[in-house]
Amino acid sequence: MKTVYEKSAGLTDVPLHYCPGCTHGIIHKLVAESLVELGVLGRAIAVAPVGCAVFAYDYFNCDAQEAAHGRAPAVATGIKRVHPDAIVFTYQGDGDLASIGMAEIVHAAMRGENLTVIFVNNAIYGMTGGQMAPTTLVGQRTTTSPLGRSRSGQGAPLRICEMLATIEATAYVARVSVHTVPRLTAAKRAIKKAFQLQMDNKGFSLVEVLSTCPTNWGLSPVEALRWVEQTMIPVYPLGVYKDLEGGT
Amino acid sequence: MARKLMKGNEVIAAAAINAGCRYFFGYPITPQNEIPEYMARELPKVGGVYVQAESEVAAINMVYGAAGAGARVLTSSSSPGISLMQEGISYIAGAELPCVLVNIMRAGPGLGGVQPSQADYFQATKGGGHGDYHVLVLAPANLQEAADLTQSAFDLADRYRNPVMVLADGMIGQLMEPVELLPARPAVDLPPKDWATTGTATSGGRRRVINSLYLYPDQLEQHVHALYAKYAAMEHAEVRYELHQCDDAEVVIVAYGTTSRIARSAIEKCRRLGLRVGLLRPITLYPFPFAAFEQVIARTQAFLVVEMSMGQMLDDVKIAVAGRKPISFYGRTGGIVPTPEEVVKQVQALLGGGP
Repeated sequence: MKTVYEKSAGLTDVPLHYCPGCTHGIIHKLVAESLVELGVLGRAIAVAPVGCAVFAYDYFNCDAQEAAHGRAPAVATGIKRVHPDAIVFTYQGDGDLASIGMAEIVHAAMRGENLTVIFVNNAIYGMTGGQMAPTTLVGQRTTTSPLGRSRSGQGAPLRICEMLATIEATAYVARVSVHTVPRLTAAKRAIKKAFQLQMDNKGFSLVEVLSTCPTNWGLSPVEALRWVEQTMIPVYPLGVYKDLEGGT
Repeated sequence: MARKLMKGNEVIAAAAINAGCRYFFGYPITPQNEIPEYMARELPKVGGVYVQAESEVAAINMVYGAAGAGARVLTSSSSPGISLMQEGISYIAGAELPCVLVNIMRAGPGLGGVQPSQADYFQATKGGGHGDYHVLVLAPANLQEAADLTQSAFDLADRYRNPVMVLADGMIGQLMEPVELLPARPAVDLPPKDWATTGTATSGGRRRVINSLYLYPDQLEQHVHALYAKYAAMEHAEVRYELHQCDDAEVVIVAYGTTSRIARSAIEKCRRLGLRVGLLRPITLYPFPFAAFEQVIARTQAFLVVEMSMGQMLDDVKIAVAGRKPISFYGRTGGIVPTPEEVVKQVQALLGGGP
């Protein structure tokens, strides 16, 4: 019998704990496949966040460190400075990276740390039960913005890619999505490129992946994919925001 | 090796490099800036790395990453900065990572002042951050001891897979004394770092994970019990203290670091006045030298605790003495260093003697 598909060697056999319809699992797969295809799984060191992906250290089939909330880029800096030949990446959600960890991500980028950041943006705090995030859309209802996020007093979504692209030392900053197969294929290309740049010592790379949270959005998995397309992408346009190599 | 006149902060930094420390992550704060400045200058010369972090919060998490990657790593700060690091120190203790922390204490609370203080005894010895854990705390009283304890700190950290803090104050950090730095020596009989994240290609394919998350209470309780077994081993093997002129002492002064130096001068003056006074100087503040009190308690009439705080080590002295003898306390705070004369007066009040 011919094998047409198998689980990536970059993932362990531990069953994922993610909710039905959440795209964290797909993003894990893309990261794992990229590490395997680039031949760097054996020298990869993951840094897991606090949030829905807190157990990422159980899922990626490589060495890993669990960071305090928001501090993954600082932890990754420590690892990479000790092992410059390792492929070090953080996997962080939007609460972790864009709220409590804003200083760490900005300064890791400013120093041009030769790291890869996988930034999963689902516009809400998932693990803690659906509270408002800095990335929550204006008008979006969450448990802590029950009437919908209001511009006045709660502000408007932070756009991380646009912001980090202004920092001189970033090598690659891109926003992708995984809500359709073509988008997923493009997302993998971006993730692989980010790791390749790290392998080539080009500096800081970040791929923001728009992700779903059917549970806390109060939508079915299919509706959630549609919400990404129709509601999130207009606020978070997909594309390459910075590429030192000049490509797109 | 010849003795060299050096500043306290530089002694600590040089001793760390001698001990094989090659990574430093820190953030500027007075009065410890000579440590990061020395590291920024000297570490690259020995193939090491200095990173100035964006905050103490980031610095301690860089320490976590580097320690988890298997390196000998140092950070230094002063009181408010150590407060900021406490979350990270808790994670480091929980994940059982070795590292060395230096706290050159200044006066608090809040922004406080930049003059010397010993008001971080609680946050150093009683955990400091959240959860059940301890940091091993070494308190040098002179610069030779600062050098020696800093070197030991790295071995202790590796042996117990636990953070070790060198606790001094702005006085020790800023003063100059002749010091002989031990030549760099390999640590002997330390356990291999077979838990460090180096990539599975270098560890026979076995995954290594650095973590302090245990969602099942029975597992977490078991983990904390394992930590406490380590602390029990430290309490058994690592207690250090000094007894000075305690053989005939009617009053025993208890003081560490800078105040122990002042106590020593006060004792000299007291002795000239015919007052029999000695010094019990804790060198490890955690584990605290409780047993040392048993050596002096029979003869002494009273204990006098002297601190540059409102009385923090005092609590541990009360536990050690357990109501058997009276305890007096003399503390200056806010950055004021007590004089030997002030301490002599306290002794005189206790013994009622002298002119």
